[in-house]
Order: sequence, then C-alpha cells, then structure tokens
Amino acid sequence: MSTIPEHLRYSTTHEWVEDLGSGRYRVGITDHAQELLGDLVYVELPEPGRGVQSGVTCGVLESVKAASDLIAPLTGVVAERNEALGEHPEWLNEDPYGRAWLLVLEAVPAATAELLDAAAYGRLIEGQ
Amino acid sequence: MTAPARVTPLHAWHLAQGARMVDFAGWELPLHYGSQLAEHTAVREAAGLFDVSHMRPMDVSGPLAREFLRYALANDLARLDAHTGRALYTTMVQEDGGILDDLIVTHRGVEQYRLVLNAARAEADTEHLRHLARQWAAAGDSRLAFRERPDLGILACQGPAAGEKLAAVLDLPELLECKAFRTLERDGLFLSRTGYTGEDGFEIIAPGARLRDLADALLAAGVQPAGLAARDSLRLEAGLNLYGQDMTVADSPARSNLDWTVDLRDETRVFVGRAALAAERAAGPTQCLRGLLLEDGIARTGGVVSSPQGVRLGQVTSGLFAPTLRRGIALARLTAATPIGAKVFVSIRGRDHAAVVVQPPFWRRGRPCHDIEELLS
Repeated sequence: MSTIPEHLRYSTTHEWVEDLGSGRYRVGITDHAQELLGDLVYVELPEPGRGVQSGVTCGVLESVKAASDLIAPLTGVVAERNEALGEHPEWLNEDPYGRAWLLVLEAVPAATAELLDAAAYGRLIEGQ
Repeated sequence: MTAPARVTPLHAWHLAQGARMVDFAGWELPLHYGSQLAEHTAVREAAGLFDVSHMRPMDVSGPLAREFLRYALANDLARLDAHTGRALYTTMVQEDGGILDDLIVTHRGVEQYRLVLNAARAEADTEHLRHLARQWAAAGDSRLAFRERPDLGILACQGPAAGEKLAAVLDLPELLECKAFRTLERDGLFLSRTGYTGEDGFEIIAPGARLRDLADALLAAGVQPAGLAARDSLRLEAGLNLYGQDMTVADSPARSNLDWTVDLRDETRVFVGRAALAAERAAGPTQCLRGLLLEDGIARTGGVVSSPQGVRLGQVTSGLFAPTLRRGIALARLTAATPIGAKVFVSIRGRDHAAVVVQPPFWRRGRPCHDIEELLS
C-alpha cells in the first residue's frame, strides 16, 4: 500500500506539491509513482529559471528499462532543482517525499487549488 | 480474443514472495520482487533464482532423431555425438535464412535429444518441426518421435555462487565437476550448466510438482528470487539476443551476431536454409548486430544511430541502463561497414548522444569486456 502524506497536494499524473508559502512550491513524485516506475537510474530536470507549464513534460525519469516523462503539476518558473539526484537517483525509490524532492517552483499564490488532496489521490490510485 | 495468461507451477510461490507480476509471451511471470537492481546485483555477486517455466522443453527421439535435427537446425548436432549430456546453442532458420528461433539442444543418450524453445515461439516451432518431419521422413514414421513436455518446469539458478548452493541443496557435489554446456541427469532432474546472464549457473528442468520444494530450498540457502526485469538487464550486459526484439524471422544469423551458430563445415549436410546462409556468408551480410557503449544517456529500442557526418547507420534493437556497468548500453543493427571502435551518435528523445561501437558481450563472468574509460576518452 502506497504512502500518501496528508499535508501534500497531488496531480493526476502522480506528482506531489508542497506549499512552502510566499508563492514557492516543492515538487516530487509520489510513492505510487516510484512503485510503478521501478528502480530509477537517471533523472533529467529543467534548469533554474526555466518556465514550466501545468500538464506539460518538463523532465525525464528513467528506470533500467523505460523512460517516463515528468509532468509539471503547476505552471511556474523553476527556482531550484535537486542536483543530488544526478548522483543518487535511487533516492526516488527510497524517499520520494523527502530527500528525493525534484524541483522548487515559483508560481502564483494558491496555485495548488486545482490539485487533489490526499483522500482524492488515494481514491484515484485505488481505481487504477 | 486474447487467451488468459498461462501460469507456471510456481505462480502462488511468486505471489507469496511479493512479486509484481507481468504478462510475457502469454504467461504471467514475475517482473521483480521489489527491486530489479538488487536482483541484478545478487546474480552478479552471489546467486539468483529465476522461474523460466515459460520456456518449453521438447524431446525428440528415435533412430532418425539425429539426422532429422541435423536437417532442421543451423548448428551441427554431430558436434554432440561423442558426449552424452553435451548441449549446443543453435539457431533454427527457414529456407530464406530468417531465424525462426534460437534454442539449446542437449544430447541425452542414444537417439535422445531435448530442445528448449522460447515461450513466444514454442507453438510455431513445434508445428514447423512436425511439418518438416512429414516432408523429410514418411508421415507417421515411428523412427522419429516428438514429445512436448507440459509436465516439466524450468528454474535457472545463476551467479558465481549458484553452482555451490545448488550442489549443497541437492546434496550432489559432483554437480561442480559439470562443465559449461554439459548436463547431468539425476533423480528426475535435468541439470545443465547453461544460462542467460553472463555468469556461471545451472538451468534445472524438473517435474512441475517439484519446483516449489526446489525453490524453497534454494531460497533457504540464500539464493535471491529474481524476475524478468533483472533477466533482461543481465542478458543485455551479457550481449545475448532476445528473440522478437534483437532478431526476428526477417533477420539471418549473420545479421544477428550469430553467424557462429551456422555450421557449414560438413559439405554433405543438407539443412534448411543452407543455400541462403552460404550465399550470404560468401557475399558478406549487409547489416550486423553490434554493441553500443554510451557516453551518457540511455538509448532505447528504435533509437536511430548515425555517423558523426550524420549518415544513418541503423537502429537500436535493445537498450537500457546497465546496472553493473552503470551506463547506457545497447544492441543495434548497423550497416556492416560500421567498424568496431567507431564513434557514433544515438538519438534519444530528439538529442544525439555519443557512443562507441563494440563487439558484444559487455560483461562476462565477473568482469567488463571492454576498457570503457579508454574507449570513451
């Protein structure tokens, strides 16, 4: 059974978003997503300063066998990316909500309004 | 309509071990038991256990068995004559030289042979062999018999510690004297020192009802269950083709890095595809299957390979992240003029990544086959 922390918001494409305040949002992939992807071995993230658009590919997560698109859960600008994942892609499997965060985005306040809460995300993945 | 997936005698065992199951060639098989990388590493460093019961044994016997198989297969069974228990890897081709399947055939004793067929090809192979036999011998000739073996399953115990652990579990120390591509038959078990991982190990053909006890005993001895995902990354590091992906009926052995399985030495031996394969060997094949070591990025099936001048050389047939080498590797079908050592580019999501052309395999028995740092410098 996947972990779904209560305090995060979720996209239907299996990214989580944490509201850090002041229009900053931390983004990662869910526990369910890492289970589906299998062992991750390579991560390609957008550079700081680049704009990303909700629902559009902004990076790539690769497992041994397959490449999967990273879909931006919000429209905004990349403020930071987790450079350590280049050396430690396995963190995405070990700690998807913690040290394997992917990006910090700058976006408008209340940008997460369209996203799912934990209960709704739980129902989504149960139905899949 | 799709038939429901077939299951092996170990299906419940896999679920109890926490396997994520997947459909493969009409069979429901374990993809992994939690971590493909951990399973891959276990096989490279110690021992892993695969259920490969989707592969299908077929016994061919009778006074005509040897001559028939010399006619049906590209490699020459005469190589096995002197040694009961010896095994041979071969391709089976059609008249135009296209590969129908690749398989291992074992000489079990007087007039007794066993083939092990790929899951996706087993039915077509069986039909092909029976059809060939009807043309070659008189219909119903009792001197040639085929017997499919749905009663048997197959386990593969692979890795540097595999032989030692299997010998201990079976209390069969003489197993360790068995050389590569030799088979020991004991107490209803068919134990071959063969595999698909690039490491030492055994493939065990056993009655289906005995697989569970064998799997439990190997697990208790510290052998790690391993799934299809690890099997695929291990075989690609070992430079071994996957039928249906790296070769199909549209490819000859010479186009598939398997020309060595075509034995033309006995000029009196007539076999299916001989004329086409001899002509191709004389003219030289137009394409070949090579390895690629990538500088960065992970090439995937279908990726286009080009020269530094932008000339298209061919296409990736299998590509993944090699867990032991920790970089992208691939098999690619390229124009035969592409030399070993050539610097090329592989297209990955629209961007070109540098790679070097090598002769497979990439990894064998505990060590890399190329000086990667030097090749990519």
